[in-house]
Amino acid sequence: MIVKKSYKLENLDCANCAAKMEERIKKIEGVVSASVSFIMQKLVIEAEEKELEKIVKQAAKICRKVDSDCRVIL
Amino acid sequence: MTRKQRKILFRIIISAVLLIGAAVIPFEEPFKLIAFLLPYAVISYDIIIKSIRNIFHGEIFDENFLMMIASVGAFFINEYPEAVLVIILYQVGELFQAVAVGKSRKSISELANLCPDTVSVIRNGEEIYLSPEEIFEGETIVIRPGERIPLDGKIIEGRSDIDTSALTGESFPRSYFEGDSVISGSLNLNGLLKVQVSSSYGESTISKIITLIEESSTKKATVENFITKFARYYTPCVVISALALAILPPLLFSADFSDWLTRALIFLVVSCPCALVISVPLSFFGGIGGASKNGILFKSSSYIEILSKSDILVFDKTGTLTEGTFEVSEIYSEKMDKSELLELTALAESYSNHPVALSIVASCENTLDKARVSSVNEIAGMGISAVIDGKNLLVGNSKFMEEHSVKTPAVELTAVHVAREREYLGYILLSDKVKEDAFASISAAKKFGIKKTVMLTGDSKEIAEKVGAELGIDEIRASLLPADKVYEFEKISESKVKKSYVAFVGDGINDAPVMTAADVSIAMKKSGSDIALEAADVVIINDRVSSVLKAIKISKKTMRIVHQNIIFALSSKGIVLILGALGFANMWIAIFADVGILILAVLNAMRTLKKEK
Repeated sequence: MIVKKSYKLENLDCANCAAKMEERIKKIEGVVSASVSFIMQKLVIEAEEKELEKIVKQAAKICRKVDSDCRVIL
Repeated sequence: MTRKQRKILFRIIISAVLLIGAAVIPFEEPFKLIAFLLPYAVISYDIIIKSIRNIFHGEIFDENFLMMIASVGAFFINEYPEAVLVIILYQVGELFQAVAVGKSRKSISELANLCPDTVSVIRNGEEIYLSPEEIFEGETIVIRPGERIPLDGKIIEGRSDIDTSALTGESFPRSYFEGDSVISGSLNLNGLLKVQVSSSYGESTISKIITLIEESSTKKATVENFITKFARYYTPCVVISALALAILPPLLFSADFSDWLTRALIFLVVSCPCALVISVPLSFFGGIGGASKNGILFKSSSYIEILSKSDILVFDKTGTLTEGTFEVSEIYSEKMDKSELLELTALAESYSNHPVALSIVASCENTLDKARVSSVNEIAGMGISAVIDGKNLLVGNSKFMEEHSVKTPAVELTAVHVAREREYLGYILLSDKVKEDAFASISAAKKFGIKKTVMLTGDSKEIAEKVGAELGIDEIRASLLPADKVYEFEKISESKVKKSYVAFVGDGINDAPVMTAADVSIAMKKSGSDIALEAADVVIINDRVSSVLKAIKISKKTMRIVHQNIIFALSSKGIVLILGALGFANMWIAIFADVGILILAVLNAMRTLKKEK
């Protein structure tokens, strides 16, 4: 089943980083859709339920890579 | 300001003071360099740490890194004050942006605070406090003056003035009495109320609105996508050009290296597309926030964009342009008592939630014994066939009667005819009232770029034309069954010019298919069905026609601000890039083009948050 879940982001400080994160998270295998809202400090991922956990971990890594302060709150 | 923001502000001030000191006191080298390195260290240590860390992550075009290069380069060509100032102003810009974003975020999450954490509920005769999620439908809750109403319900005791402004944008409180329905999220001003809860928390107005807002803005407008795409290419291009500027001319034409390095540094200073990347989504976000203050919910920024370009406005009639609450104005029957006919009709209609059915049921004073009804079959746009007391009863329009070969007298086409076992019993006449602000809003629509207004209705041509003429609607399509509505709507859509859109405003269950077909659909909350609210892209909480206009106004204003910001930021950066490459710009101009434009763009974006008058 495809599910949509949202996660809070901590210390997401730049809008350009948010755009970069979104771009890359979209490219993770198994992601149906993804959006990073700088204003709401939120990450929304739509993916197969079983794979979601794995995908979110990868997404968290991407966020940390783009902006070293940024954390995904799981 | 948060602690983090205060800390940065403090560093900005310290660094600025040290910078002034270094500039005023005439130091000799190498003390001069040290004097300037001091404020530089204060203001830029986090940027340096971050950029080094990001290089290890493979982020070359990271803005922290670019800022660092620009400032180090400035030190290199002996422009010490500029080197420090680049970073100070960069931090000022970042701080400003964080405060502005925080402010607009807060104004939206204020809506989330509209629901109190605890509710006082009466259980087993005792008043206890629970969270709103734990209250069941049908329970009685107590709301004291000054408290927010936590759940939708009906007043069973007490009277009070209630302020619904946070939800509907309605600025004046209204008096509510026993029997009135109250909506969650509104503020009880001065009376003690006992309210019987009509829906659980998950189904309540306020929790639905909060979900709507939290889930908004995931679907991006095309301008937003354009900006993201632009940003992806802009930074690498500018940085590569900077590199070329610094290396090629000195190498090929043995030009002055420090002169061309200055030009390259100017490129680096303006290499961040920050102003665009932040101001465009912030404008949309502000637009959504500003609209919600007016009782209008945009489900995503893309609908702001589409609505602003819509030039055909299609309305549903009942419940959208008219109140949708009918009143029984006449009952006619030769076969039986008037109240008996009304009771029979009400019984047949008692399972339907069509506005006509609801009004007939509401106007029947006898208590309805639903056990008398053994089967009900509703045919949308026609009527109801039911079995009551073992006898077949037909309730519907004249077309419906004709289909069952029952002859009807020639009366108004909106009449609800009743027949039992194919014997004609009589009819009930209902009248609907046009919404108060409908005429003024329709006539003002042309001022907001609407070229054509159309009304779709299941009602007869006669009635539709009367209402249409009263309101000044351009085109009327009447006697439509739900399926016809989609067909008619698609025909209208085909007539639109390229790059313009068609908006649909409706409320009923039968509008949902049209809503899905429309470029942008607007639903009336109060009279609207849940399906319509879910299918709609924009929800109007106070049900006013004028709010549709306000939504268009807000969307146009937001788009205007978005375009202003794009043009302003792009052209100023472009000019600085050209001047910089030709050697006419200096660091100061570049710094202004970067931070100054960012601040102006953010301020401009914040205008969207303001409540529309």
